[in-house]
Amino acid sequence: MSITNLLENWSDFRQQHPSDDRPHREYKWAMSIDLDACTGCNACSVACYAENNLPVVGKEKFAHGHSHHWIRIERYWDNDGREFADQGAQFLPMLCQHCESAPCETVCPVGATNHTADGLNSQVYNRCVGSRYCNANCPYKARYFNWYDYPTTDNVWPEPMEQQLNPDVTVRGKGVMEKCTFCVQRLTVAKSNARSEGRSVLDGEVLTACQQVCPTGAISFGNLVDPLAKVGKQWMTQQVELNKDKQAKNAAEEAAKVRGYRILEELRTYPSVMYLEQLRESAI
Amino acid sequence: MGKDIREDIAWAQINKDVLKSIESPKRMYWVILLIALAMIGVAVGCEIYQYTTGMGVSNKNNSHVWSLYIATFIFWIGMSHSGTLLSAILHLMHADWRKPIYRFAEAMTTFSLMTAGLFVMVHLGRLWQVYYVMPYPNERWVWPNFQSPLVWDMFAIATYLSSSVLFLYVGMIPDLAICRDNIHAGWRKKLYTVMSLGWEGTDRQWRNFRITYLTIACFLIPLAVSVHSIVASDFAMSNMPGWHVTSFPPYFVAGALYSGCAAIITLFIILRYVFRFEEYMTLPIMKKLVRLTFAIAMVWTYLNLIEFASVWYGHDQTAKDQLIFKATGPYAPFFWAMIFFGSILPLMLAFKRFQTHLPILFVVSILLNVGMWLERWMIISPSFAHGHYPWTWDHDQWPSLVQWGIVFGSFGWFTLLFMVFCKVFPSVSMYEVKEMVYHRSLALKHKPAVKGEY
Repeated sequence: MSITNLLENWSDFRQQHPSDDRPHREYKWAMSIDLDACTGCNACSVACYAENNLPVVGKEKFAHGHSHHWIRIERYWDNDGREFADQGAQFLPMLCQHCESAPCETVCPVGATNHTADGLNSQVYNRCVGSRYCNANCPYKARYFNWYDYPTTDNVWPEPMEQQLNPDVTVRGKGVMEKCTFCVQRLTVAKSNARSEGRSVLDGEVLTACQQVCPTGAISFGNLVDPLAKVGKQWMTQQVELNKDKQAKNAAEEAAKVRGYRILEELRTYPSVMYLEQLRESAI
Repeated sequence: MGKDIREDIAWAQINKDVLKSIESPKRMYWVILLIALAMIGVAVGCEIYQYTTGMGVSNKNNSHVWSLYIATFIFWIGMSHSGTLLSAILHLMHADWRKPIYRFAEAMTTFSLMTAGLFVMVHLGRLWQVYYVMPYPNERWVWPNFQSPLVWDMFAIATYLSSSVLFLYVGMIPDLAICRDNIHAGWRKKLYTVMSLGWEGTDRQWRNFRITYLTIACFLIPLAVSVHSIVASDFAMSNMPGWHVTSFPPYFVAGALYSGCAAIITLFIILRYVFRFEEYMTLPIMKKLVRLTFAIAMVWTYLNLIEFASVWYGHDQTAKDQLIFKATGPYAPFFWAMIFFGSILPLMLAFKRFQTHLPILFVVSILLNVGMWLERWMIISPSFAHGHYPWTWDHDQWPSLVQWGIVFGSFGWFTLLFMVFCKVFPSVSMYEVKEMVYHRSLALKHKPAVKGEY
């Protein structure tokens, strides 16, 4: 919110959408996750651990809720009056939603979490003082705090695991908040390569770690500004718009086929991750 | 009912009685001091362990990131409000019964703010970077995020703390001069000499003193209200169900005055006993204080009900679930204890027989504060245990002993600061008590023997 907003009509401000006055010109990174394809295999989570140097905290700390899975597979049982064995669980990979109007950004006292021009919600580890207000205000609870100093803790990366630490990603010390970055290190490399060739990043040129390993291809990631990108097409066919907190699905008939939704949209966070609803046997 | 204060106390007697408090308290004083030091020891040990190991030892987790530290922080901030109520608001309203007790209430304000400030630091994951929150010029032009309620908090608390220290000090200058003139030579004499700023009690000095005191009092009142409103904004401005409530600022201010008044009752009884202040901290004054506490308790109860009602009749299902979770979930015993201690127990204070019964009042006032502390905890923890997102719902975290230890020790820290203050500085305002005695005796002289005689 700028000083002009304060001086101008407040009701306009309330109607505004986050990127109305500053639209994304070249990049708007976004994701869509097809829950129908997700098998809950956790490969995405493992890949994220490897790519982003996430500390493996061990059984005991995990049980205390100190885990660092930037992407986590949540399991929901909805038996609908039937046995679990018939119905099975529903899986939902949850990661930082990179909200366009992120609740975490406004509350950070030191401005350690910010929005980038590419529509990413970034976290500056050096700046973080660990007040954990961002996590308190995150409706998805997709942020993870370094409760201990993991780089100096035994068995976080037992020999020879420390050899696989990604040199492109920092190792976080105690007392800072961290979360999914949409593999920003990969995005930076891709952008810089593209820039040296005088073009924009092409669709499929950059993959996030979770997307790369997903055996069923449930995750697609790309640039929402690019009209050729798969993720943009998906958002379009699913009639999910970035700057809406309530999606207008066209006709009732059409809506039956449309599965796209964003989580907790009504909080006006404008997430950048779209989910495709799982089709259940009972629903067909 | 008796008089607030005897009109025939000689001024020299007032000096003598109060100066005795800074010379020779009862042995109980030293016992209290030792206990306080032991409590601080526990907290310091816990904090060192937490500082070196990491925040994880306090047993919070990734969905339950705030806990007792923040709850106790609000508690101490709240406690600080009644000092201002007694010393500034009642000063403007010319309620002269506050005079014998406002000094220690104002000291309570200062010291509880100091304790609250410590909790901010204890809570931070990277305490050594706490200065990032302050706007200081730096080569990178990096500023704090002025949108964040935590930054407002920092400003509000710093302002309130510095102004209330100033207020406490300015109000004490004439008394410090009395101490300077009466105490035997030593380091304290030097201290009083410097601090009394050459006070001689001339007309000009008194006139300037009155104006200064009144100005700071007027300045302090809006500050007191804004500080707790801003602390309330930490919660009301967020989107957590159970926090996102518009009525939070007045609710917090009422709660603050409430717990502060209860604390004044507790300290009143302790000081009266330890420093033999029976002549000054009299039962009629206590009665007025108790009535004030009762009134504020009812305001708080009302605002609490308003909060529940607005959630209940609102359309936010999550907030409604949250409320039901509070009342029936794992936190239910604490929730109902809060209702009992905060809203039901104070009903006792409405009965005349309890209004001056010191042993009962001592226990009740402590229990009221237990209730108010529970209220703060019931704002923090259940909200985290039942937020917007179902993944958070099974993560019920019981605070570890490290957290309890630090919370426990904070009471020792407060007691230590307060008790040392009362021993070093006059905890009853001598010049204002004299004023009160003088006004009362004048009133007595002019009072008609039979009503309506004039």
